[in-house]
Amino acid sequence: MTEMNENPLDLLPEVLLAASAVLGLLLGSWLPRARQWAVGLLAVVACVAGIVAASVAATEPATTAFGEAFAVDTVTGASRIVVLGGTLLVLGVSFRPLRGDPRESEFYVLVQLAALGALMMSGTQDLLLFAAAYLLASIPAYTLAGFRKDGPGTEAALKYYVVGALLGVLLLAGVTVLYAAGRATLYPMLGDALRDAPEPLVAVGAIGLLAGVLFKAGGVPAHFWVPDAVQGSSAPVAALLTTLPKIGALAALFRVGDAAFAGGPLPWAALIAVLAAASMTLGNLGAFFQQDVKRLLAYSTISQVGYLLMPVAVVDRSDLAQQALLYYLAAYTVTNLGAFAVVCALPRAHTVDDYRGLAKDRPLLAASLVICLLGLVGTPPTAVFLGKLQAFAAVFDGGYAWLAVLAAVNTVASLFYYLRWIVPTVSRGASPGRTEGDRTARVVAYAATAVSLGLGLAGGPVLDALAAR
Amino acid sequence: MLTALVFTPTAVALLLFALPRRTAPAVFRAVWVTASAVELVLVIAVWAGYEPGGGMQFEERARWIPGAGVSYHVGVDGLSLPLLALTCLLFLTCAVYSLRENRRIREFAALFLFLETTCLGLFVALDLILFFVFFDLSIVAMYFVIAGWGHRQAARAALKFFLYTFIGSLALLLGFIGLYLAASPHTFDMVELTEQNPLAGRSAYGAVVLLAVVVGLAVKTPTVPFHTWLPLAHVEAPAAGSAILAGVLLKMGTYGFVRIAMPMLPEAWRRYALVLVVIGVLSVLHGALVALAQTDFKRMVAYTSVNHMGYVVLAVGAAAATADSSEQARSLAVTGAVTQMVSHGLLTGALFLLAGVLHERGRTYDMGAYSGLAAVAPVFAAMTGVAAFASLGLPGFSGFIAEFQIFTGSLGPQPLATALSVLGIVLTAGLFLRALRQVFTGPLRLPDAPGTPRAFADLRVHESLAVVPLLVLAVVLGVAPRFLLDVIEPASRSVLELLAR
Repeated sequence: MTEMNENPLDLLPEVLLAASAVLGLLLGSWLPRARQWAVGLLAVVACVAGIVAASVAATEPATTAFGEAFAVDTVTGASRIVVLGGTLLVLGVSFRPLRGDPRESEFYVLVQLAALGALMMSGTQDLLLFAAAYLLASIPAYTLAGFRKDGPGTEAALKYYVVGALLGVLLLAGVTVLYAAGRATLYPMLGDALRDAPEPLVAVGAIGLLAGVLFKAGGVPAHFWVPDAVQGSSAPVAALLTTLPKIGALAALFRVGDAAFAGGPLPWAALIAVLAAASMTLGNLGAFFQQDVKRLLAYSTISQVGYLLMPVAVVDRSDLAQQALLYYLAAYTVTNLGAFAVVCALPRAHTVDDYRGLAKDRPLLAASLVICLLGLVGTPPTAVFLGKLQAFAAVFDGGYAWLAVLAAVNTVASLFYYLRWIVPTVSRGASPGRTEGDRTARVVAYAATAVSLGLGLAGGPVLDALAAR
Repeated sequence: MLTALVFTPTAVALLLFALPRRTAPAVFRAVWVTASAVELVLVIAVWAGYEPGGGMQFEERARWIPGAGVSYHVGVDGLSLPLLALTCLLFLTCAVYSLRENRRIREFAALFLFLETTCLGLFVALDLILFFVFFDLSIVAMYFVIAGWGHRQAARAALKFFLYTFIGSLALLLGFIGLYLAASPHTFDMVELTEQNPLAGRSAYGAVVLLAVVVGLAVKTPTVPFHTWLPLAHVEAPAAGSAILAGVLLKMGTYGFVRIAMPMLPEAWRRYALVLVVIGVLSVLHGALVALAQTDFKRMVAYTSVNHMGYVVLAVGAAAATADSSEQARSLAVTGAVTQMVSHGLLTGALFLLAGVLHERGRTYDMGAYSGLAAVAPVFAAMTGVAAFASLGLPGFSGFIAEFQIFTGSLGPQPLATALSVLGIVLTAGLFLRALRQVFTGPLRLPDAPGTPRAFADLRVHESLAVVPLLVLAVVLGVAPRFLLDVIEPASRSVLELLAR
C-alpha cells in the first residue's frame, strides 16, 4: 500500500458522534441527577454539528478514507444526514420520559453509539469494518431494548439479543467465507475476485452476509425479533429500533450489492427482489389485526423494508435506484418517526381504541398522526409517495415489473390496517385511558409531519442531489 | 389564475381552522358559501376569457420535481372547462344545501373546500403525477366525508370505497410509470406525452399500460364489473357527499379516458376499443336492470349512475372502433360523452340532494314507506319529477342532448351495441316513472319510525336554492346547448385527431 489517506476530518460526523458519546459518559458520571439533561443537550449539539459537517462534505467530490475502507460519497452523505436527523428526533421524544431517570445519560450515550454504528455500516466498503459496525450498531440497541428493566422489556431485549447474536455469527461466518472466496475484504476488490470464485462458496458467504444485514434491517426472514422487541421496549427506543439501524443496513446492502455482487455469478437482483416481496407481504399480513399500536407499527416497518429493498434489488439495472433508495430512506425515517412521536406523545394510549376521539381532543396531533399514517401508505403529497414513485419506477426500469405490481397490491393491503388506526382517531367518542401527554414529543411529531409533507412537496432538489453521478 | 382557482378553497379551509373554536356555526357556513360563490365567479371569469377552439389556455408551468420528471403544469381546454364549471356549481349548491347542517360544521365545510381543490386540481392538471396527487387526495377527502357524516354503515361503506378506488389509483399509477419510462426523455408531462406518443409501435407494452390506466379509471367511473363499491358508498354518504361523489368524482374516471388514455395511447385504444364498447353496453344494461330492482330510492339513483356513465364509455369506445365511419359521427360521440358528463353531474347532483331531503324528513330511503307525497309537498314532488324526467333523457333537458349525440355518433360505428344501449333508456324511463308513482301519487302514507316528524314539510328555501339552479341549467342546456357545445366540439375534434395517429 502506497499512501494511506488517513484524514480523520473525512469522518467528521462520525468522530463528533463518538466524541460526544465518550464525553457524555464522563459527564454523566459526575453530573448531579437533575442536570443529566446536559448530556442529552451535548448529543443534540453533536448531531446538529454532524449534519452540518455531512452537508458540507456532501458538496465535495466523492472520496474514500482509511485506505478504501470508508467511502465518503452520496450514499454516505445522505445516510449521515438521515441517521443524524433521525437521532435528533429520537432524542426529542426521549427527553421528557427520561428526565431525572437515574440512567439518563447512559441512555443518550447508547442512542449515540447505536447511531454511530448505523453511520459506519452505511459508509464502510470493507467487510471487516462492516462486521465491526454491525456489532457497534447492535450491542447498544440490545441494551436499549431492555432499558426499562421490566418484564416485556427484558423479553424484548432477550429476543433481540438471541436473534441478533445468532445472525451476527452467521454474518461473521459469511464474511469469512467471502474472504476465502475472494481473498479480499474491500468491496471493489471483492467484486472482481468473486466473478471467478466458486459459485457455492460465494452463495454461502452472501447468505451469511444477508442474514446479518436483514437482521439489522428487520426484513424477512430475519424479522422475528421486530414485533416483540418493538412492543416490549419503550416508545422512544421502539422508534429508534425501527429506523436508525435500517438506514445503515439498507445503505450497506446497496453498496455491497453494487460493488461486490451485482453482475457476479449470483442471481443477486432476483434474490433481493424475492426478499423484498416476502418482506412487504409478510409484514402486511402480520399487521392486519394488530391492536397494539407499537406492534402495528412494528409489522408496518417490516413491510416498509420490503419497499426499501426494491431499489436495492435493481442497483445495477436502473439509474434511478440510488436516488430512489436514499430518498425513500429519508422519507420513511421522518414519517415513521412522526408516527412514533405521536405514540410517545400519548404514553397512556396503547391500543388503537385508545386513540378514539383524538381528533376532537387534540386536532393537531390527530392530523399529524393521520398525515404520517397516510404518508406510510404512500398517499400524495407526502414524502413516502414520492419515494414509492421512485422505487416503482426504478424496479420497472430494472425489469422487475412484477415487483412493482406486487408492491402496489401490498400498498392497498397496508391501507387496511393503517385505516384501522385512523378510523378511531377521527371518529367520535372519547377514550378514558388517555391523559395529558408529553409536550416535547408533540412538538417532535409536528416537526416530523411538517418535514414529511415538505419533503414531498419540494422533493425536486433533494432528488437531484441524491441522483447517481 | 388557475392556481388561484384551485387553491383558494384549501386556503379558506385552513382559515376556518384558524378561527376560534367558539365561533358561531353561522360564520362557518357563511364563509363556506362565500368561498364557493367566489369559486363560481372565478370559473365564470375563466370561461369568459376562454377562446373556443384555441387549444390549451391559461397554462401555468413551474418546476416541481425535475429529478423525477414532474412539473407543476396546469391549463384548461374544451374538455376540462365544462367540468371545472360543473365542479364549482355543484360545490356551491352543496354548500347552500348544507346551510342546515349542524354536525361539526367547521370540519364539514373544511373537508368540502379541500375536496373542491382536489377536484378542480384534477381537471386542470397537465402532469400525470399532479393528476394522480389530486386523484388520490379526492379519495382521502371523500373517505372522511363518508366516514364522518354518513349514515349507519358509514364506516364500512367508507372503507370499501377507499379500498376499491385506491386499488384503482395504484393501477393508474403503474400505468403512469409505464408511460413515464417509455417517453424519452422520461417525463410525466401530459402535453409532451401526448405529442410524443411514446408507445407508438410497441403493441404489447402499450396494451399493458392501457390495461393499467383503464382499470384505474374504470374503478372510479365506475363501470361493470368494478362498480360494486358505488351503491354502498352512495347510500351511506350524506346527501351533499353523494351529490359530489356522483356529480364530480365519477367524472374523474371518464375525464381520464378522454384526457389521458385516448390521446396518449391511440394505437392501443383503437385496438381494444371494442372491449370498451362491450363494457359500456354492459354497464348501461346492468346499471339499468339493477336499478329497476331497487326499492331504496338513493340506491336506485346510484345504479342509474352506472347506467349513465356506461353511455360515456360506449361513446369513447365507439369513437375509435372503426376508422371508416365518418369523422363527424365520431366527433359527435366524443362531444356527447363530455356533454353527458356535465349533464349527469347536474341531474344526479339534484337527485341526490332531493334524496337527502326525503331522508331528512322520513329517515328512510325506502320507497315503499312513502306514498302520496305530492299532496303535502308539491314543490318537492315537482322538483323530483323534473329531475327524474331530465335524467331519463326527455327532450328539452340536457340529458337528451347528450344521449342523442352519443347514440347518433355511435350508431354508425357500432350499430348493435348502440341499439342495445337504447334499451337502457327504456328501462330508466320505466324505473323513474315507477318510483315517481310510488312515492308521490296515491293515498298519503309516511314512514312511522320513532323520531320522524309527523308532517312532511315541503322544500325549504335553502334546499330549493340548491336544487333549482341545477335543474334550470339542465333545461338551459337542453334548449340552448350551443354555448357549451362550442367549447367542447373543437376539443373533441382534436382528441380524435390525436387518436387517429
